[in-house]
Amino acid sequence: MSEITGQTAPKSGFISMSFVKKMSGPLVGLILLCIFFSVTSEYFLSARNGLNILDQVTVLGILAIGMTLVIVIGGIDLSVGSVLAFSMMMMGVMERQMGLPLGLAIVVGILTGAACGLASGLLITVAKLPAFIATLAVMSVTRGLANILTEGKQIVGYPEWFTSLATVRQFGFLSMTVATFIVLAVIAAIILKFRPAGRNLFAIGGNPEVARLAGINVNLNTCVVYALSGALAGLAAVAFAARLDSSQPSAGLGYELDTIAAVVIGGASLSGGVGSISGTVIGVFIIGVLRNGLNLLGVSPFVQQVLIGIVIAAAVTFDTLGRRRR
Amino acid sequence: MPMQPDRQTENQASGQAGEVILSVRNVSKAYGKITVLKNVSFDISKGEVVALLGENGAGKSTLSSIIAGLAIPTEGQMQWQGKPYAPVSPSDALAAGLGLIHQEMRLLPELSIAENIFVGRLPVRSGRIDNLEMYRRAEEQLKRLGLNVSPATKVKYLRVAAQQQVEIAKALTLNARFLILDEPTAALGGEETDRLFEQIERLKREGVSFIYISHRLEEIARIADRVIVLRDGELVANFDSAKVPVPELVEAMVGRQLDRIFPHLPAPTHKPLIEVKNLSSAEGDFHDVSFSVSAGEVMGIAGIIGAGRTELVRAIAGADPVNGGSVSVDGQVIVLKSPADAMAAGIALVPEDRKLQGLVLDHTIGNNIALGNYPRITPRNWVTPSEIRSFATTAIKRFGIKGGPDQRASELSGGNQQKIVIARAISAGPKVVILDEPTRGIDVGARSAIYDVIAELAKQGMAVIVVSSDLDEVLGLSHKVLVMARGRNQGILSGAEATRHAVMERATA
Repeated sequence: MSEITGQTAPKSGFISMSFVKKMSGPLVGLILLCIFFSVTSEYFLSARNGLNILDQVTVLGILAIGMTLVIVIGGIDLSVGSVLAFSMMMMGVMERQMGLPLGLAIVVGILTGAACGLASGLLITVAKLPAFIATLAVMSVTRGLANILTEGKQIVGYPEWFTSLATVRQFGFLSMTVATFIVLAVIAAIILKFRPAGRNLFAIGGNPEVARLAGINVNLNTCVVYALSGALAGLAAVAFAARLDSSQPSAGLGYELDTIAAVVIGGASLSGGVGSISGTVIGVFIIGVLRNGLNLLGVSPFVQQVLIGIVIAAAVTFDTLGRRRR
Repeated sequence: MPMQPDRQTENQASGQAGEVILSVRNVSKAYGKITVLKNVSFDISKGEVVALLGENGAGKSTLSSIIAGLAIPTEGQMQWQGKPYAPVSPSDALAAGLGLIHQEMRLLPELSIAENIFVGRLPVRSGRIDNLEMYRRAEEQLKRLGLNVSPATKVKYLRVAAQQQVEIAKALTLNARFLILDEPTAALGGEETDRLFEQIERLKREGVSFIYISHRLEEIARIADRVIVLRDGELVANFDSAKVPVPELVEAMVGRQLDRIFPHLPAPTHKPLIEVKNLSSAEGDFHDVSFSVSAGEVMGIAGIIGAGRTELVRAIAGADPVNGGSVSVDGQVIVLKSPADAMAAGIALVPEDRKLQGLVLDHTIGNNIALGNYPRITPRNWVTPSEIRSFATTAIKRFGIKGGPDQRASELSGGNQQKIVIARAISAGPKVVILDEPTRGIDVGARSAIYDVIAELAKQGMAVIVVSSDLDEVLGLSHKVLVMARGRNQGILSGAEATRHAVMERATA
């Protein structure tokens, strides 16, 4: 019997140690990146550039919050980039062509996104399509709709206060869109960690049948999560339109992949049940800092793509190896 | 692999008269500092069935993995047909003629029986797969096992028992002279078990040797020639005959006397807590089942595999749809649309498969116990990790779970995992508790702890329903036994009526 205690003691110590490792892995990567660019570029380490990075990651960050929820329940949402474009075009059409007040048009844009997400959710829960296929279908449909609305033309001429949401730094510090991202991230982190509704999502991703038998309404939760992901894509569209000072039907092309990459770099598992907002935010910043730093160094966008791909592979490899070692 | 001199040890179990085909000498296996197998030696003769017994974690799987080339021993050596044998991969073992049939099937469901048998070595003629030859050879092996099924049938259409025989057929086409069967009867009914035993006998006569691993001790005397027992990685007993009384086997396995396995149950009340009337399944799995269970009463449900027992209790717990009939708890008829409905009415289910239906294996014990219980952890709809930990710690103490709240559920033994699932179900404060196969795959020693928990639930005034394929368990644990066959209630037996004979008669009706 003494042998059994001898076995468990070092084992539990090892687990808690690797938990620390797992939590800090992406963070260590981010810090190393920052050190690297601070040394190699004279412009990188400044308050001004820090705020620039924040501005640049806002759209990706808002999308990644929704994607974290989706991936935690074991799903995937390929439609966010196209839903972003469709929501953006809906908002533009409502304001420019239908004459709605912009505030109301923004609400329509967000609701459009939510409706698209709900459609994915229903395809998954009612029609029993795999999430990959359902959101692939919605991705195609919404990209098409975004182009149909204006026959592929962009919409310009938003009022000045709208673009100022993304450009004016309140108190010389944060723009409204960046502030929105930060507030949303904090709220989502709290819900995932401290609210039963958030914790249930991990159980759904870990094993949906276990969750169902434990009394969780898995289908309802799935629909809500996809609708939230869509709504956040709608909100990201607003932030993006403010930054671009226009609505573009080609906006957000390929964003779903960057978003998934950010969430996975942040430690979430595509098989579900694992993930965190803090990890995702770090993942978003790793991508943001990498882009920003490489731009400052004058590295070509093509080379950047290669490097980002390598970073994704490296991050997930370390994560998987760490997990296997446990 | 470091070699050790071949020396006789006290642990050695010698074979019966007959040609020794496999001899294992001083084999040890350690993972890091943890030794899982210590200095094990034994011989197996041609055409012999040796039962390998031991609790979960005793080293049975490690030993069979070493013989089958899935694991490499840290020390010791083996001889196969008189020559040194040191497989480093399953294909080495198979090439030598040793095969391992896993507890969980490793077949490709979308492929045919023949393709499964020949996967990785499909017969080829002039660059194309020779289907005729493949079917002919597959059919030959199926006949040898007495299986009357077309080799072109897709494996997913076969029952578990038939799938297992495909595994055996696969090993036989590789000219296996030695098979390790790991829990082959865990998912089989009585008739299917008989069939398997006939096949083992037949292959034995052809000179094939077996290591037979099972938790069902009653089977051992029927099928094995000898018994060896592992405990904590050591070979602690070897019986030259398999006609060993079950209590003696249990004692060898757990290292202590188990005088009474089933706890005493006080007489139940006469206050029916759950009443099921004319309940039928929407999928046709059971029809017109009625019964009632009182507070403090334990009702067993017996029957062979496929009798509709699991489907019945799942429907009562809201997990599967019903079609007609009613379920009432405490006199109130309840609407059963989802597990959440049943739980709200006070019905809790401990499902059949704890790994697939009971636990999120990668999550912590604390999160597994907390799942679905948040309203009871805190009234505020706001829960902190420390609240979860203290809630789980209470349940861990109450049910005697060996593990901490932050440990992952996958690291625990079957018995402790089962206790986590029970702890979650009971934390909801149910009136009716349904346990489906609560001791499947759990060692003998840990089973009695589960029985104690079940008796305790009844003593606290819950109505308890236990589905089990283990007849002794159903009879020993219950006030009354509902017997099902072909989806119907074949009678409820209690007191002196409830005998093995009476139950089996109705179960096979």
